[in-house]
Amino acid sequence: MGELRLMKGNEAIAEAAIRCGCDAYFGYPITPQSEILEYLTLQNPEKTTGMVVLQAESEIAAINMVYGAAACGKKALTSSSSPGISLKQEGISYIAGAELPAVIVNVVRGGPGLGTIQPSQSDYFQSVKGGGHGDYKLIVLAPNSVQEQYDFVKLGFDLAFKYRNPVLILSDGAIGQMMEKVQISDFTPRWTEEEIVQMTGSWATHGKPETRKHNIVTSLNLQPEPQEEHNHHLQRKYKEIEDNELRYEKFFCEDAEYVFVAYGTSSRLCQKAIQLGREKGLKLGLLRPITLFPFPKKQIKMATKKAKAFLAVEMSAGQMVEDVQLAVKGKRPVKHFGRYGGMIPMPDEILEAMEELIAKVEKKEAKKAQKKAKKKAEKEAKKQKN
Amino acid sequence: MSISIQDIIKEENKVFSKTKLLTDKVFSYCPGCGHGVAHRIIMEVIEEMGIVNQTIGVAPVGCSVLAYDFMDIDMQQAAHGRAPAVATGISRVFPDKYVFTYQGDGDLAAIGTAETIHACSRGENIIIFFINNGIYGMTGGQMAPTTLEGMKTSTSPHGRDLHQMGFPIKMTEIVAQLDGVQFATRQAVHTPSAVRKTKKAVKKAFENVKNKKGVSFIEIVSNCNSGWKLAPVKANEWMEEFMFPVYPIGDIKG
Repeated sequence: MGELRLMKGNEAIAEAAIRCGCDAYFGYPITPQSEILEYLTLQNPEKTTGMVVLQAESEIAAINMVYGAAACGKKALTSSSSPGISLKQEGISYIAGAELPAVIVNVVRGGPGLGTIQPSQSDYFQSVKGGGHGDYKLIVLAPNSVQEQYDFVKLGFDLAFKYRNPVLILSDGAIGQMMEKVQISDFTPRWTEEEIVQMTGSWATHGKPETRKHNIVTSLNLQPEPQEEHNHHLQRKYKEIEDNELRYEKFFCEDAEYVFVAYGTSSRLCQKAIQLGREKGLKLGLLRPITLFPFPKKQIKMATKKAKAFLAVEMSAGQMVEDVQLAVKGKRPVKHFGRYGGMIPMPDEILEAMEELIAKVEKKEAKKAQKKAKKKAEKEAKKQKN
Repeated sequence: MSISIQDIIKEENKVFSKTKLLTDKVFSYCPGCGHGVAHRIIMEVIEEMGIVNQTIGVAPVGCSVLAYDFMDIDMQQAAHGRAPAVATGISRVFPDKYVFTYQGDGDLAAIGTAETIHACSRGENIIIFFINNGIYGMTGGQMAPTTLEGMKTSTSPHGRDLHQMGFPIKMTEIVAQLDGVQFATRQAVHTPSAVRKTKKAVKKAFENVKNKKGVSFIEIVSNCNSGWKLAPVKANEWMEEFMFPVYPIGDIKG
């Protein structure tokens, strides 16, 4: 095991890339994630592990450099923040269409437009519902600590190559900028040229040897029939990912009557709100999706057995809450609480929102009980009359 | 005494054979189009240099989007205009391989201008082939940045008006200013001598990659019979008369 280090979330991404055998990073400065590029250029891993680091002329160029390197079977990484990620969407769609493995980091800031440089979670729709054009899915990992920020780089590459699919690490400005202790892993050597050919020789472009046909990396089919077939193949792959790669965490859910659903920074804030609520005797819990695609639909549905209501807490105007509602299917009330545009809610604000929800549910329950009692009494009275 | 067909097709009488690096797939290009010849000479040079197992090409969006169907080498297809960025990604992770892009004027000089300029400025060790026919061929003959003054296209139906639509852009002259560019030349493929000169330039470009000299930028002024609405021979005459004065043939740098 490696050492324990105090690190900034953005630095953790960079250090993890160097240590997990990443071949190339292509990026462009944007707050609040510029430390990734700065850290990498300072470390200059080209001299140690051979990892290429290049500042591109734009986010568009950076994602297309990732396309080129990934199509060679190399482990390629890029990072940006919300406005820059919007620019990358064309490239991400091409990478998904051509089925290339790549890892993309979004250290989310407040929007829309140029927005703010403060943390936000308002890119959920963009991350899990497409973002770019066409029917495609990214595997979306949502870290809530600097340690996970570090660990998800390697996990991201593992999943990206397992499924030949782009992986998005959906972080936010708070996790990117905060410092926490991180367990650093040992160096994993980059794949050798022989290993790359062995692992990716069936599809990647290495230069055509006489022993095989030429490899072509493209997302184009001029005819609709093969394109539909390609889409069927992609959908089968996404189903497989849903079956195998779901990750989530439960926090105080065993006896919880009221459940928060939150990811990333919001999930950390909910943990504190749960602690404050439990001190007051409220049975609160948290269901934290770690993968946003796949989304823990079944786990949320199962939670309706015990939980009386759900509160989706997001630093957005309400995006993930729609997926929670779809999972709950109207069986229980699902509400949203969020601060956004770069604002971070305080745990007591979150608790207050939950208490409001609890009060509403209890009032409704009391009304229902009252009605039931009244009906019962009327029935009894009728019986006696007869 | 007349020579029979059997005598003519004897191996020792053979004066030309198609390079092995062109597939047998029928070109999707219009009859008379310069793409076929440009494809052939690039593939011939790769075969002659024996570097097929070290070469990766990048196809653009445009008529040559399907170049990978005809070139029997490992290839990637890039998003519109992004080929130089894609080639940068390849060349950076495979610094010892031969990487080239093959792009049209809409791809390279309009939507991909930034990628073109910056790949050239960084001196990426790649070749950029730039096929300039002054029009968007694939989408049906719209105005390109390189469309000549007064030239009629489907989006400049009254002819390109310089006041409204600006001037034709001369990319090779622009990139020749950049220190990362080792070799910038403008050639054509409409006559045997032009083909020979272009092939020489192609060879030089691949030698430059071998010697890690930075960007080699080869513009090939070409025709578009369909877009120009001219028969192939007429199109070539028109090209000589009107395209060459604006896009003069010859080496600009290196």
